[in-house]
This record gives sequence, structure tokens and C-alpha cells, in this order.
Amino acid sequence: MSIAVAKRPEKVDETQEVSRMVRSSQTRAGDIFFVVVCVLIGIICLVPMINLLARSLSASDALVKHEVYLWPKGLNFDAYTTVLSDIKYIKSFGWTVILTFICTFLSLAMTVICAYPLTFSKLKGRSIFNIIITITMFFNAGTIPNYLLMKDLNLLDNPLVLIIPGVLSIYNMIIMRSFFYGIPESLRESAEIDGASYFRILWSIYLPLSKPVLATLALFYAVGRWNGYSDALMYMKNKDFYPLQLLLYNILNNMNSVEVATQEGFSSPGLSEALKAATVMFSTIPILCIYPFLQKYFIHGVTVGAVKE
Amino acid sequence: MIAAAKRLVTRGKSEGSDAKTAEWKVYLKRYWQLYVLLFLPMVYLLIFKYEPMKYVLIAFKKYSIVQNVWEMPWAGNNGMEYFIQAFHNRDFLNALKNTICLNLLDLIIGFPVPIIFALIINELRFKKFKKTIQTIAYMPHFLSWVIIYGLAIQLFTPSTGLINMVITNLGGQAVPFLNDPHKWVGTYIFLGIWQSFGWNSIIYLAAIAGISPELYEAASVDGAGRLRQMWHITLPGIKSTIVVLLIMALGNIIGSAFDRPFALQNNLVMQNAEVISTFVYKNGIKGLQFSLTTAVGLFQSVVGVIFLLTANWLSRKLGERGLF
Repeated sequence: MSIAVAKRPEKVDETQEVSRMVRSSQTRAGDIFFVVVCVLIGIICLVPMINLLARSLSASDALVKHEVYLWPKGLNFDAYTTVLSDIKYIKSFGWTVILTFICTFLSLAMTVICAYPLTFSKLKGRSIFNIIITITMFFNAGTIPNYLLMKDLNLLDNPLVLIIPGVLSIYNMIIMRSFFYGIPESLRESAEIDGASYFRILWSIYLPLSKPVLATLALFYAVGRWNGYSDALMYMKNKDFYPLQLLLYNILNNMNSVEVATQEGFSSPGLSEALKAATVMFSTIPILCIYPFLQKYFIHGVTVGAVKE
Repeated sequence: MIAAAKRLVTRGKSEGSDAKTAEWKVYLKRYWQLYVLLFLPMVYLLIFKYEPMKYVLIAFKKYSIVQNVWEMPWAGNNGMEYFIQAFHNRDFLNALKNTICLNLLDLIIGFPVPIIFALIINELRFKKFKKTIQTIAYMPHFLSWVIIYGLAIQLFTPSTGLINMVITNLGGQAVPFLNDPHKWVGTYIFLGIWQSFGWNSIIYLAAIAGISPELYEAASVDGAGRLRQMWHITLPGIKSTIVVLLIMALGNIIGSAFDRPFALQNNLVMQNAEVISTFVYKNGIKGLQFSLTTAVGLFQSVVGVIFLLTANWLSRKLGERGLF
């Protein structure tokens, strides 16, 4: 649009002038229309979160009387203090934080050491490695075969089962590799001539240049681990190692009955409505605090991943 | 350098195989580090992606806890016993129907949403506003399905949910969005779109950014308005992206993720909510019918691959760039 205005010829006769004015008023109406639509979309995205926040901060009798909409009534932090003083919840929270850090670090390392060698066209057997990788993208053995494998590897009920099976995502590896391809080969060649080893080239040339994509993939892996619960549901019986989302799932499904709520660790049933909201809110916060800062990176990551190989 | 070394080596040795081993030695001396790096990922793939494939055989065998896969006896009916059982199993047939229905609804209703959103975002002029809306729209993608289920409870439960509070205050009847099987389908589809439309629009926005500005310039000189530019330039410009994503969606029409249906389903709506992945979990891992559920899983992946290949072939026939 702005380009069209800039290219407008210097002299315009009257009819053209009129039609231009009509068009620009149409454009302005269009602008307003699109802004309104976007605001509505934004509201739809945010309302559930705002409602949740309002509930978590409200007094329990206001909740029971159905008075809370988007603004807290009888503002208090009781629900949060209850959540924070619940040992079971805090333990699970801490374990999930640790787990997320370990998984993210290991996954990034695996992704890098898988993607880096494959960027060398001189690597003999590269096509074999690529075939091995591609097949896994098309054919997955399925839930039960995976479960039986974990069983045979004695990984059931072992905390490692939450780390190792998902340590490498081929999709993320392809993003990494595409990024490595974009690093000019001349950089690598000059280092080779200087006698640098391939470890060294990876460490001092490739990795420092790949910070944006590393940040993106770290976000993807961290979000995946933080949000994942199905592996724990299938492979874990030991409640001490339940990640937060699975604990949350159990809480949400059981809190309707008071006894179970107390059993699950929350001893003040009067709070239960606000408590549910606070628990959900608290489990979301870490990721909501991080992702906006990585926006410009992950947009690039998603786009690279979409490029066909 | 390598070529020079190769020439030297081949000239020095008269015998072919000797030359070859020497050549390999030179090669490995240079490149061994790359193989060292690849070692762990390949071991990982072999153990965690290929090793489970041997357990697929269980679909054709009578599962026994004391024997290994190779020793188990073959199932009846030339090994097809469990496939036959599956297709006589009402719960499975229901799960299959639900999987296809929910995926189709997702595709028909959900697929266009990110495209429309990308088109709208593209029309925004104020950079700050545009970025804020994008950040907000990406947010739901970062929530787990358990959390979205928690949000859904707060929004949709009949007496205490926000939406129903508004409806009853306006004098209407509370709607059981989560507990009525048919309404549940609507909620499921809506939450799916809510979670993914912003994120999925990223790819379309990137494709739109790649369209040459000259096209718009020419169109506006010719007097094409906004909507016409959208229709005649933007949409054709992202057509190939749309086709690629459509192929992937079609390939996934029988696939079923686990997290979303499992988190959102409850006992009252099971007739519409049970899908293959949750069926396999409940009957396999919980119910220990390993052979039956492995057969179901195998059926699902084979049909999935067939769908994907067919969709790809079709799009190439229609003159589009395929997925592969």
C-alpha cells in the first residue's frame, strides 16, 4: 500500500484524484476492520488466562457465588500460599525444572553431534546415515512396541525413561542441519587449512554462530519436556518422579471430591476452586515468562523446519 | 588435498585392494572425528527407533510374558488373528470412526484458520501492534494439554464456568460443553484451533514475506483493492505452502496424537472421544492385550503411510510440488 502511494504520479487529474480518495478511505476503513478483528482474536486468546488468574486470586465465597469473571473479587493470595506450601507439588515442580534442564541440555548436545557431521558432503556413508534417519520419520513402531522395549531395557519406573527415549528429535535435528548448511564453507575450509580438528571447528566456529538456532531448539525441547506427560503416564508408576503435568492432571481430575483432594495433598477443601486455578496458573508461568523473548528466533526455526529437504 | 593423497597412494601401490585400505586409512585419519560424533545418535536411533520394530511382530503372534519375540507362537488364521479380532471389536471400530471424524473436522474447520489469520496479520500496518498480536496468538501453543484442560474446566463447566455464567446471566440455559458427547466434539475442535492457529500461521507468514512486492505494486497501479490483492496475489503466492501442509494433514488423517484427546476426554463423552491412541493405551498398557493393540497400531501406521503417499502422488498429478 505505502509503495503505491509513493509511486503516485506527480500530476493527477480530477477523476483520478477522486478515485484515489475513495480508495484511501476504503483503505482506512479496511485498516480499522483488520485491527478490530485482530483485537477480537487477541481477546479470545487471552480471556481464558485472565479468567484463570482472576479466579486464582479471588476469595472462595465469591467463587462459590459465581461472582468472578475477569477481575478478582476479594483479592487474596491464599491459593498461592497453599500451593507453595504443598510439599508434594513443590517437589514435583522442582523435579520437573531439573528434568527440563537435563533434557534440554542433553537433547541439544545430541542434536548438534548428529547434525554437524551430516553437513560434510565428503563424509563417506552420509547417504546411509540419512536413510537411517529418514525412515524413522515415516515409520514409528507404535505405543506398545515402545512400551515393551522400555520393559525389556528395564527402564520402566526408572527416571531415565523420562530423559533418554526422547533425547533426539529428528525434526529439530533437520532444523539444526539446515542452519549449519547456511554457514559459509569458506569459514570451515580456512580453519581446515590452519589445521583445526573437526571438533575444534564445531566448537569454535559452528556453535558460536548458531546461538539463535540453539536458543530456538532449547525452547522447543524445554517446552516439550515441561508440557509432556504421556511418557510418565505410560512408563512411570512411582509417584515421586511424576512430572508436574501428570500431577496436575491427577489433581484436576480428582479435586472434585474433597477426600481425594486432601489425599492428593491439599488439605483445605474450601479453597478448592481457587486452588485449582492457582495450580494451573503456577504450572504455566515459567514458559509464559520465557517464550516472548525468543520470538524472533523461533519464528526463524519454524520457517527453516518447513523447508523441504 | 584428499584427491592428491589418493593419487599418491594409488600410484605407490600396484595392488588394488591394498591401495583401497590405504586410501581408507588416509580418509579415516582425517575424518574419524565426524564418525565419533555420529556414533551416539546412531546408537540412539538403532535402539530407540529400530529395536522396537521387532516388537511389531507381536501383532502376528500370541503374546507371552516368558518368551522373547522370536519364540512366541504364531497367532491363528495365518497370524492375522488379532487383526480379525480388532475389526470385530466394537470399541476399536468406534475409536477408528472417532479418530477419522475428529481429524476430518480438524482439517475442514481448523486448516483454513491459520491461513486466514496470516492474511489478516499481513494487512496490519502498525509494527508494534502486529508483533503484540502475534505474541499473544503464539501463547496457547506453549501450554500443555493438561493446562488447556484446566482452562477449559474454568470456562465451560455448566454451573461455574465463565461462559455458562454469562449465558445464565443473560437468561439462557447452561450448556454442557464438556459433558455432552456432541458438544464435546465442538469443544475439542475449538480448543485445537485455539491452541495451534497462531503457531501454524508462522509458516504462512514466512511464505507471504517471500512474495515479490513488485506484484502488489503492479496490482495497485492497476487499481486492485486490498481484497483483490489478497485473492489474486497473496493466496496464489502461498499456494505451494498450503499444498505441502495439506498433504501432511491428509497423511495424518488416521494418525492420533495422545496428549490432546486423553487430557480432554472424560467418561461421559467416551462414545465420541475415544480415539485409537487412547484405545491402545487403555487396552494395551492398562489392559495388557499387547497383541491386539500392537496390531491396531500397525494398522494405523501402515494406513497413515498409504494416505501420505497417496496425497503426495495426487498433488504431483495436479501439478503441485509434492512433499517428496
